[in-house]
Amino acid sequence: MLRLPQFELIEPSSLYGALAALAEHGPDAMVLAGGTDLLPNMKHGLFEPRMLVSLAGIEELRGVQVTSEGGLSIGAMTPLADVADHPEVRRRAPALAQAAGLVAGPQLRSMGTLGGNVMLDTRCQWYNQTHFWRQALGFCLKKDGTVCHVVAGGKRCVAAASNDSVPALTTLGASLRFERLGQARTIAIDELWHSDGANNKRTEGGEILTRIEIPATPAGHLGAYGKLRDRGSIDFPLLGMAVRLDLDDQGLVEHADQVVVALVARPVRIKGVHEALLGLRPGSADFEQALVPLAEAARRQCRPMANIPGDEDWRREMVAVFTRRTFLAAAEGASD
Amino acid sequence: MAARDQHGPQAPWGDAFQVVGKPHRKVDGMAKATGQAIYTDDIQLPGMLHAKLLRSPHAHANIVSIDTQKARAIPGVHAVITGADLPTRYGVIPWTMDETALAVDKVRFIGDPVAAVAAVDEDTANLALNAIEVEYELLHAYLDPREALERGEPTIHANKRGNNVSKQVDLAFGDVDEALESADLVVEGDYSFHGSTHGAIEPHCAVAQVDAQGLLTLWSSTQITHYVHRALAHVLDLPAHRIRVIQPSLGGAFGGKSDPFALEFVTAKMAQMTGRPVKMLWTREEVFYAHRGRHPMQMHYKTAADKDGKVRAVDAKILIDGGSYSSFGLVTTYYSGQLLTGPYAFPAYRFDSTRVFTNKPPCGPKRGHGSVQPRFAFEVQLDEVAEKLGIDPIEIRRRNYLGEHTQTVNGQRITSNGFLECLDKVERASAWKERHGKLPSGRGLGVAGSMYISGTNYPIYPNDMPQAGIQLKVDRSGLVMVFTGGNDIGQGSNSVVAYLVAEELGLELDAVRVIAADTDLCPVDLGAYSSRVTFMVGNAAIDAARKLRKLVVQALAEKWEVPEQRVRLVGGFAVDLEDPERHVPSREAFQLAEARFDTLGSTGSYNTPTLGGDYRGGTIGASPAYSFTAHIVEVEVDEETGRIRVPKVWCAHDCGRALNPMLVAGQIEGSVYMGIAEALLENHDMNRFGLHAGPSLLDYRMPTTIDTPEIEALIVESVDPEGPYGAKEAGEGPLHSAIPALSNAIFDACGIRLRHLPFTPAKVLAALREKRAREAADASVSTSTSSTPAV
Ligand SMILES: Cc1cc2nc3c(=O)[nH]c(=O)nc-3n(C[C@H](O)[C@H](O)[C@H](O)COP(=O)(O)OP(=O)(O)OC[C@H]3O[C@@H](n4cnc5c(N)ncnc54)[C@H](O)[C@@H]3O)c2cc1C
Ligand code: SF4
Repeated sequence: MLRLPQFELIEPSSLYGALAALAEHGPDAMVLAGGTDLLPNMKHGLFEPRMLVSLAGIEELRGVQVTSEGGLSIGAMTPLADVADHPEVRRRAPALAQAAGLVAGPQLRSMGTLGGNVMLDTRCQWYNQTHFWRQALGFCLKKDGTVCHVVAGGKRCVAAASNDSVPALTTLGASLRFERLGQARTIAIDELWHSDGANNKRTEGGEILTRIEIPATPAGHLGAYGKLRDRGSIDFPLLGMAVRLDLDDQGLVEHADQVVVALVARPVRIKGVHEALLGLRPGSADFEQALVPLAEAARRQCRPMANIPGDEDWRREMVAVFTRRTFLAAAEGASD
Repeated sequence: MAARDQHGPQAPWGDAFQVVGKPHRKVDGMAKATGQAIYTDDIQLPGMLHAKLLRSPHAHANIVSIDTQKARAIPGVHAVITGADLPTRYGVIPWTMDETALAVDKVRFIGDPVAAVAAVDEDTANLALNAIEVEYELLHAYLDPREALERGEPTIHANKRGNNVSKQVDLAFGDVDEALESADLVVEGDYSFHGSTHGAIEPHCAVAQVDAQGLLTLWSSTQITHYVHRALAHVLDLPAHRIRVIQPSLGGAFGGKSDPFALEFVTAKMAQMTGRPVKMLWTREEVFYAHRGRHPMQMHYKTAADKDGKVRAVDAKILIDGGSYSSFGLVTTYYSGQLLTGPYAFPAYRFDSTRVFTNKPPCGPKRGHGSVQPRFAFEVQLDEVAEKLGIDPIEIRRRNYLGEHTQTVNGQRITSNGFLECLDKVERASAWKERHGKLPSGRGLGVAGSMYISGTNYPIYPNDMPQAGIQLKVDRSGLVMVFTGGNDIGQGSNSVVAYLVAEELGLELDAVRVIAADTDLCPVDLGAYSSRVTFMVGNAAIDAARKLRKLVVQALAEKWEVPEQRVRLVGGFAVDLEDPERHVPSREAFQLAEARFDTLGSTGSYNTPTLGGDYRGGTIGASPAYSFTAHIVEVEVDEETGRIRVPKVWCAHDCGRALNPMLVAGQIEGSVYMGIAEALLENHDMNRFGLHAGPSLLDYRMPTTIDTPEIEALIVESVDPEGPYGAKEAGEGPLHSAIPALSNAIFDACGIRLRHLPFTPAKVLAALREKRAREAADASVSTSTSSTPAV
């Protein structure tokens, strides 16, 4: 078995304790949630924290609440399995429930958390490998090396954002609450990202993501998550896309959105979706027809790269297929 | 020699079988299910050190120097060794010993072991590895087998010919050229098979210990204890009687634990040097480097047939990518041609197979060794022959049926052959007649057939001794202990041996216990490969049990003063058939026999009859009995994504007598799983740097349970005259034709022929596009011709 490097583990039982530990140890410390990404990355020598601050004992970070405005407030430490199964999440944010239920496999969903999923490191086939492997390669720009193997001569890492929950959270207009010792901020999830795969999040040292806030969705809200992967379980997305359709009381689209991951370092919002579908009735011939140019437009806007496994050209072709299918799947919800 | 004793396929006591033919649990089933089974890594010994290997980061390089000074100086490090400490070459085939435990002078693939450290714990050992300094001189790395075939400099292994050819076999039977010329139809095409690996869930592990008398004991997750024993003696230059090799419970092998491996020599050597037990457990990544998996093959086939569908000749040219060492490659090269000559009769056959070295992890035997790839090419080609001649794909396979008690074109003796029944069974179960060619677009059925060996008479190293031996020891408690060199690798060979002994001696299963694969305790068996264990060890077990039975029966007959025919051993008792009131428990029967004869025990063995064609290599692939298989695969092709889904597979397998139908069904299911897996998902692929593209269970896509088709296992029992109670193999045959049947089903579903594995969605889409373009071109040609006025 690969060895986990030595580290010190702190298990505070309060958020304050965790924030204080992070403040004290600075960049030597990292936050440990479910550990399903962090620990494999440590085994691969990608992260080398001297100290882990576990959030597992902090009760207030767990659980899904419906807010007084009808939105959802989800504690960062809520396991993905709970997000996927929660009746209110399924009702108010179906794309998120679906996405959470499609992460990895059952064991990993009961350990892995929603907060950890948002904070997930980007992925690349030249990077998510053992130290021996990367050493044989001569390493790469993102860690220990100087060149990128995806973009020849590239000066910036293009490892792929691969967190399944993020497209759904983005179409839902989620905001993220971060806390540092003595400070808190809430930002729109859109504002989190950089396009640098080596560091794709605008976070500051010592921060903990505490809650994920999802504003109320209207009565006519529909959503779906489409995930391309080789196997029916376990695999990271080769393409992940969330779509959103809000219907007015006539059943016509009044708002539409689509966000895609597993392309580049940040999630990609497809342009022109709202305009393309506005005023159409899901399930109608017009709606289905509108999906054809929309799928093509999405394909043009997405450029899968050789950062993650899978033939890039095929993955690009699948953008169009999955765009259509995912909107149709969301539209199906209209008839429920 | 008792070894060739033929016991006949009948039940030993005249009428029905008592144990055989029933679905018994495996003898180690509960231990494995409850976690009690002891695997090699479960072994912890006092003072045990942990060893790690330093591996080459280069695909092909000379080693200029190795400096281990700093590593040795690290506290907690007990030994550091390099190739110079274990310079003796070994290899499973005596003619091609080209491996050393640690690289000597050069490295041949990324992951080739270079040095080893034993330390108080794994972390210290890893730390020390980092402190070893190796200077390399890089050499040109061969990643493409065609380049390796054409270019001789540098050579991966120095040879007299100055090339990178590992083995070449060129054999011809009958007049191939004449048939190609005169046949009604010749179909010709290129096919390719990619690499795949075994993916056994237990990684390789070894523990070595040297006791105060200098006896070396090695526990290893091997599937061939005997060859490891021999190889250790050879490499360590120790008399074999001072070495004991034990295989603990094993978590899967599939051919991937057949070779002797670096960890066995290294732990043994370091245990000798340090006087402490030494363990080495490989990481999953290291298992991918150890590999010995399916050889990638580039195959060119020609099949000549007449209008009635009868195959006249087959002509094959095959380039085999062997990776960096020989392993079983000599046998692979023969198997790639020798095992194609059934279940169909062809009057003429030629193959020309060349295995080349490349700078990749070494290939070797994986379930269906050497013959899965050619089987794929040929069965897809045969389907095309059927299509061109307008013959139903099952019908063409029936018309070419080889028959039973006959000979193949390359001189292999065929005994029982249940292939026609296999075809009938899958045809009926899948409702082929109603559904083939008639399913909606995107859905289809495909068929293919195959045959495989039940062991061969080629003993790897030439010798006249039995290929399998068994020893029985009887306790006064009524317990019969069976000692077998056979390796139970999860296939259930220990269980089979227990069933056979219980059957012969009329015992309940709990009165038989099996000790296996311990060279101190068990008679030699050649190990778990080539699907030989049930056939050979099974025959040896019957042989031994029958000898013992004779003694027991005789003792009772004398005691009861009745003829021996009246004594029957059944259900844990000895009974007088004509006066059933007179009976004693087996325990008493054994005691009587012990009193009458002496301490009770017996031995039994098996050796193959003389088999095979009278030409060089004619014995390779010559088996005492062949199994036969037919598959029908159902597919759904998503023409938008190119994704192939396999909702159902029917596999009928002729295993001779099914000694335990539940275990046979398990082998069929496992084989089908593995075949579909490598066709659709798995790819043991090296990237442009010669690095394994994804040496982990995340990136190497083994299907999960939800990706696995529904499998209907149909057992055909063409009771074989020479198998143990008529049994043949079931562990490898049922993989072969799954893959071509899948390709043929895709053709039925959407009219594309996939000739190049794996069948990725991108390839499916490309083939569909090509087909549409062809159809469009044809349509425009036909419209333009029809619009041309007749003249
Ligand atoms: C085999 C396998 C398959 C996988 N497949 C998928 C997949 O299909 N889709 C997918 O999206 N993911 C996948 N994952 C990754 C992972 O399981 C999930 O993303 C999971 O949600 C991560 O959550 P976690 O709680 O385990 O995070 P951890 O591993 O504990 O943390 C991940 C990162 O986030 C940081 N972090 C965690 N929580 C917080 C917080 N509250 N505040 C600040 N920083 C924090 C950690 O410091 C770390 O850098 C897979 C992992 C494995 C091993
Ligand atoms: S894209 Fe991949 S190879 Fe390029 S720098 Fe990022 S992680 Fe490394």
